[in-house]
Amino acid sequence: MSVRHALLGLLSEGPKYGHQLRQEFEATTGDVWPLNVGQVYTTLQRLERDGLVESDELTAEGPQKDYRITDEGRHELAEWLRTPPDLTSPPRDELVIKVLVALGLPGVDVREVVQVHRRYLVELMQQWTRLKEDEADSDLALALVVDAELFRLDSVIRWLDAVDGRVKRAHLQPARSDAAAPRLRRRLVVKR
Amino acid sequence: MSFLEMRSVSKYYGEGENRVHAIENVSLSVERGSLVAVMGPSGSGKSTLLTIAGTLEEPSSGEVLIDGRSVSAMSRNDKARLRRRTIGYVFQDFNLLPGLTAAENVSLPLELDGLAAKRAAQVGVAALEELGLSERAEHYPDELSGGERQRVAIARAVVGQRHLLLADEPSGALDSLNGEAVMRLILGACREREVAAIVVTHDAQLASWADRVIFLRDGRIVDQTVPPPSPESLLEHTTRS
Repeated sequence: MSVRHALLGLLSEGPKYGHQLRQEFEATTGDVWPLNVGQVYTTLQRLERDGLVESDELTAEGPQKDYRITDEGRHELAEWLRTPPDLTSPPRDELVIKVLVALGLPGVDVREVVQVHRRYLVELMQQWTRLKEDEADSDLALALVVDAELFRLDSVIRWLDAVDGRVKRAHLQPARSDAAAPRLRRRLVVKR
Repeated sequence: MSFLEMRSVSKYYGEGENRVHAIENVSLSVERGSLVAVMGPSGSGKSTLLTIAGTLEEPSSGEVLIDGRSVSAMSRNDKARLRRRTIGYVFQDFNLLPGLTAAENVSLPLELDGLAAKRAAQVGVAALEELGLSERAEHYPDELSGGERQRVAIARAVVGQRHLLLADEPSGALDSLNGEAVMRLILGACREREVAAIVVTHDAQLASWADRVIFLRDGRIVDQTVPPPSPESLLEHTTRS
């Protein structure tokens, strides 16, 4: 979550002071990402140091100090909006590791392990959905944030479903020996 | 008291070595006003569970009670009346009759149940209005979008005094927003009309609308969700992260 760029986005609407930025940040993220005011000021100081915002030197330091976005700041914001986040390298996903470890352990039912995680994820999705049920009609930002969480969790459940299906199939059809079916192994380079 | 109760229900096909269990020893109860989702992959027995709950198929063993009455003890006529008056079905492919308008599709079950045509039509139009479809009442199914057709199917399933709603993959091929609209309507029927509903689906996003999610695997219930804490706990979590 780039607080830095979210603040630039809010400042592109016009000059604002710290407390106001904090309130507007929380509102535009559907109140799902609370932000402390200290973090707002630290971020603003860094943005100012980098020449992306400037403050009104005439007003006293403090909560009423106005910040404005600079041309460089606008350029940075436009670049950031269109730069895809780095999704290229598969993360060393803890859940994937758990399932792989379970697969190799004698006496462990992988499908049972999968179900423990599936249930937890569905319970989490139920909570997000309740949030959407109660509020989302009147709050577009909240609906978007909740949808993002739901799609993310849903994709993990789909993966678990696929694990379940593959493990079941593997038990029904014992694997052919390596000699009979030479396997191509591709090395996946996992970056941290 | 539960409106629908399934007690140790099994359904198998074939005999001896060829016997195949579709569902095995399934016990499940659904209160009025609550929505239960049954989640499982294809072939896990979801649809069989639903057809038995809806009295469309008889269990090989076990008992189904609807509104406190045992279905197996009912006469054929009683069962038919139960299906006409109490149970509403929603299927993936909507199952609307193409030669009837949206309003006629909704009022048909009432007419079949002996309500005068004029009165049935009024109730049908009112049910469509409730679901925001009053302007589409005189349209035929092929003039409606997929989402609208499914809303008509839901109106038909809850029209009159139906208190058991059974839905099989109700969002079918609809996109996620239309799928959400379908689940909102079903949940609304539970909350406002005190309907007991079961939705079977493989889709976690649909299932997450339910009060309780039951996991079916190879015909058996293997797990279920516990009632979730309030959504506020999510916000505490995001504050920490």
